[in-house]
Amino acid sequence: MYNAKYIIPGIIFFLALAFVPVVYNMGHKFEVTPELPRDQKDCVLPTQEMRDKHMQLLNEWRNEAVRDGSRIFVNAKGQKYVKSLTNTCMSCHPDKAKFCDRCHDTVGVAPYCWDCHNLTPDQKSPIPPVAQAATGGH
Amino acid sequence: MAAFYSFLAVLALIVIPWLGVGMGMGALFGIVLPYIAIIIFLVGFTMRIVDWAKSPIPFCIPTTGGQQKSLPWIKFSPWDNPYDKKGVFMRMVLEVLCFRSLFRNTSVKLQQEGPKVGYSSEKSLWLFALIFHYCFLLILVRHLRFFMAPVPYPVHIAEFMDSILQIGLPVMYQSDVLILVGLGFLLARRVFDGKVRYITLMQDYFPLLLLLGIVITGVWMRYVVKVDVIAVKELAMGIVTLHPHMPKAAIDPSVYAHLTLVCALFIYFPFSKLMHMGGVFLSPTRVVPNMSRRAMWVNPWNDPSIKPHSYAAYEDDFREKMIEAGLPVEKKA
Repeated sequence: MYNAKYIIPGIIFFLALAFVPVVYNMGHKFEVTPELPRDQKDCVLPTQEMRDKHMQLLNEWRNEAVRDGSRIFVNAKGQKYVKSLTNTCMSCHPDKAKFCDRCHDTVGVAPYCWDCHNLTPDQKSPIPPVAQAATGGH
Repeated sequence: MAAFYSFLAVLALIVIPWLGVGMGMGALFGIVLPYIAIIIFLVGFTMRIVDWAKSPIPFCIPTTGGQQKSLPWIKFSPWDNPYDKKGVFMRMVLEVLCFRSLFRNTSVKLQQEGPKVGYSSEKSLWLFALIFHYCFLLILVRHLRFFMAPVPYPVHIAEFMDSILQIGLPVMYQSDVLILVGLGFLLARRVFDGKVRYITLMQDYFPLLLLLGIVITGVWMRYVVKVDVIAVKELAMGIVTLHPHMPKAAIDPSVYAHLTLVCALFIYFPFSKLMHMGGVFLSPTRVVPNMSRRAMWVNPWNDPSIKPHSYAAYEDDFREKMIEAGLPVEKKA
């Protein structure tokens, strides 16, 4: 083999790069456990649909509520909900850190909902507290 | 025809897992195939490099893209015609990161009036190749969010920068658009430019269409069907933690189509022109300093029992015969 002193480190570097994710995750158990509400069984849409498309629903809600003033959402079962992240979604899932962030952080998603929205319906001040602002970034 | 067969092959790589998963073969396409693909990729890649490293370079053949170093008052190009290791290093850095030699690409055109050939600068290949490669790198880095837990900070940065325009929801990645532009150009060039089409074979169309297939299924998953990302990460984490298992929640078949296309890319990689990824570091025309006039280049496969034979020695052997035949000699008898 010619130029082994350059090529062998190169190959080792390449192989090491490929194994970075394996080494990085070694010994960690992968688990995602968003805290689900105890007193409610059904969300506004079926669970699988919420898991896949909640961002789309929230986007539609925002646009319809803000632009058209249409604030009532009727699902397939005919149940009515107010189109509101803080008052509807977060009345059942009150803790962003224990529900939203569990999945979002896992896959590195940082939605900008909480740039404007309150972190919980009980919050008094309209602006997210400074201490929480970092987690609400994107 | 080559383009058509390549298209059919890519289509098959989408349809087969799509149907297969429907028939309950999720573990085959989600677990078995990725492991096979990554092993073939790593072993194949290494063997290909070792094979190249074993091949001797018979001649000093760097491409000379500028004035070589000669007399002290002549300005020379240390990066385009390097004379030492430092110059070669800079040449390689610029080659790998900026595609410097592609920047010199020219186009040939026959003039309208008379058989006159005209050459002009052609930067579009360089530009779109650069766009494609950097987008591909960025997308690869972004995908680490599925293979690493917790997601490392640099991946967050890549994600943030790539979706900084905040268009739509889920937010659009600029690299998704740009890679389609880049790949679209690289394919259109092969399809619509007659001169390029003439030299384009199946092994040129197939990787382009395969990459397009990967990008399009990826875009489809994110922006159209919106797959269950947590379940996808569960599958990916199972693979990289070496405890593979199928996630509890169902995954959309498009994920398996995407994954199968990526596996096909990994399997195909070591046997194809895609090996330019490793090959660029082993190209004599790039990595050899231009020193053919300053140092003797010994061909490694020369037979060591054959000694050099100078002209003086040659003349010594044949002097009488040369004088007899009237040939000029340097040393009379």
